[in-house]
Amino acid sequence: MHRVLGDRKAVLILLGPALLVYSLIMLVPMVWSLGYSFTKGNTIQGFTGNGLGNFHRLFTDPAVREALWFTAKYAVVVTLGQVVAGYLLALLYVFFLKKASALVRTLVFFPVVLPTVAVGLLFQKFFQVAPQTGPVNSLLNAVGIGSIDWFGSAGHAFWVLIIMDIWRSMGFYAVLLFAGLVDIPEEVLESARLDGASGLRLVRHIVLPMSFPVLLSSLIFSINGTLKAFDSIVALTNGGPGNATTPLTLYMFQTSFTYGDYGYGSTIALLLTVVCLLVTLVVFRVSRRDLTKG
Amino acid sequence: MITDSSAARRARLAGMTASAAAMVVLVSACGGTGGGSASPAKNFSYLSVTENTTVKTALTTLSKGACKTAQDAQPLKVETVPQASLDQKLQLLAGQNALPVQFAAGNAPALTQQLAGSGQVADLEKELKKLGVYDQLEPAAVSTIKALYGGKLDVLPYEYNIEGIFYNKKVFAANGIAVPGTWAELTSAAAKLKAKGIQPFSASGQQGWPLTRLISGYLYRSLGPDALKDVADGKAKLTDPKYVKAAAEVAALGKKGYFGKGVGSIDYDTAMNQFLSGKAAMLYMGSWALANIADPKQDTVGAANVGFMPFPAVTGGTGSIDQYPSNVGLGIALGAKSFDKNTGDWVSCITKNYGSTALKDQGAISGFKVNADVKDASEVAGQVRQTISSSKQNVLWFEALFSTKATTVSQTNAAGLVNGSLSPEKFMQTVQDALSSK
Repeated sequence: MHRVLGDRKAVLILLGPALLVYSLIMLVPMVWSLGYSFTKGNTIQGFTGNGLGNFHRLFTDPAVREALWFTAKYAVVVTLGQVVAGYLLALLYVFFLKKASALVRTLVFFPVVLPTVAVGLLFQKFFQVAPQTGPVNSLLNAVGIGSIDWFGSAGHAFWVLIIMDIWRSMGFYAVLLFAGLVDIPEEVLESARLDGASGLRLVRHIVLPMSFPVLLSSLIFSINGTLKAFDSIVALTNGGPGNATTPLTLYMFQTSFTYGDYGYGSTIALLLTVVCLLVTLVVFRVSRRDLTKG
Repeated sequence: MITDSSAARRARLAGMTASAAAMVVLVSACGGTGGGSASPAKNFSYLSVTENTTVKTALTTLSKGACKTAQDAQPLKVETVPQASLDQKLQLLAGQNALPVQFAAGNAPALTQQLAGSGQVADLEKELKKLGVYDQLEPAAVSTIKALYGGKLDVLPYEYNIEGIFYNKKVFAANGIAVPGTWAELTSAAAKLKAKGIQPFSASGQQGWPLTRLISGYLYRSLGPDALKDVADGKAKLTDPKYVKAAAEVAALGKKGYFGKGVGSIDYDTAMNQFLSGKAAMLYMGSWALANIADPKQDTVGAANVGFMPFPAVTGGTGSIDQYPSNVGLGIALGAKSFDKNTGDWVSCITKNYGSTALKDQGAISGFKVNADVKDASEVAGQVRQTISSSKQNVLWFEALFSTKATTVSQTNAAGLVNGSLSPEKFMQTVQDALSSK
């Protein structure tokens, strides 16, 4: 084995194709996009140099600030929601439902396999106020609260989006964390129980530290996914009302493909890349320190 | 020795990899631009918007009747996208040199002008004159198109519309409401209806434009027909108090609940349906709605019970009530590169026959001459047709002279203005910002 990996030709043959495909579909477009961020125009009009104009605009554009703030807010809330809900579900599977958890696991996982657009439409109908009153508003009416126009104000739309995204993905994190919890040796739990730890104390002092690495991986997964969220938002609110639920991804998409400004769109993409990179670096640092302990 | 040869090998391999990568990039780049229309188009492909069925239906009728010869040479093939994604689709297709033979012009005329500027849109004045059918267009429609598209005939007037308020005559009569002549009368009529539990207006906040049209309607009446041209020319700003006033008036209608619940979630069909099924008393719409009004399946109120009034006057304003907002509805452009003899046959057949077919079958008014005797489908259709032929000065709509971005921003924020989540000042500021960002 060592001899094979020591041979440069073999390494090249093994790595080359994957590297080439990766370069072509990831690196080349990224560099290309970086180039575009110094230009102005689109494929219809052609491109002209714009120097640092787009970057200047990036720092003064209030829409970018709003989109960045929304992205951060959304990423933090959804990540916490997904991982906490997933962890609680996993605890439920392992310690409460035990062997009987297969059915519940399947049911909770089900939304993960549904197409995002279908889930978006489902929630639209669920929370709609007009032309028909949706189930949620009907429920509110039944307990004497007036209907709420869920997609009419920024605050409400944000929470519907959060609820939808957590519902949609908690099953995935539950299964991921379930795998981590199942891995905790039964003997450790048993001896902790013999020492008198039970319920919350068992979770707090034994289960949580022992499942920390997988919990951290879930966090990394989740934060990276939510920073780049696009499809669920487009399907549910399309960024609205106004631009109240527009994350950077959607703003970048609109700028490039709806407003026909590829240069500025690329600049926003660059900002998004930098944000993702920073977050990943921070998470990596934290994870390295804690993984050695855990 | 070993290090030398391995370094050389590494360099050679690196070189090979780089050149292989470069080759692939080159090949894929060539492939990307190869999709042009060098060979003549097999189909008379037509990209339209899902919301519009009038043009599609009339063209299909023509393909089986008057334009059968053209159809045999180049069969009609219709593809639709939702109106909200049309601009995006056009830009992507244009970028790949893959525009269809005929396509609905973008929501913002600015986009079509861009396409024309890069030689992707046929110069129809030249082509129609060559085909000898230029005189088949109504002069009023030609002048509207030229006002929109920087003096050029970039689109065909498959529709020619004036806009105003359709109202339910029965509901008006039952509540003792006379046709409002001023904005104050309109709002008091709405208040009366609301008090009786009838929804005064139906409007699609999801589309946005039916709401921003009310702002421009108010502006044209209060500030005169140049109100929005002044904004486009930079002589005025939407944030000027007299402009904000118009947004505030429209916001007030929403605040009082005149548009019903959840206006932001109401789509075009629902808004139309609310009016045609008698659930709302008034609908601001273009005359293309005549096709829906004439269809007894959709219109349970009955065409005889639908009236049409111009946007009311604003007391003390400089605009006049007979300046109707006019447009060519869904303007339809033809690709410059695919325009050949077969396409020419289609176009010449359409210009001669479309006007009467659309009017006869669907009660829809186009900017083509009507070359056959057609009886008006209803009183309201006759009234609209008369208004069009006697109108002297027309105005455009709110976003007509805006960029694509400002158009989108205005239409996506309109629901917020009406449901109170966005103040009139903030709304106008947001649109003005989008307009100023170049």
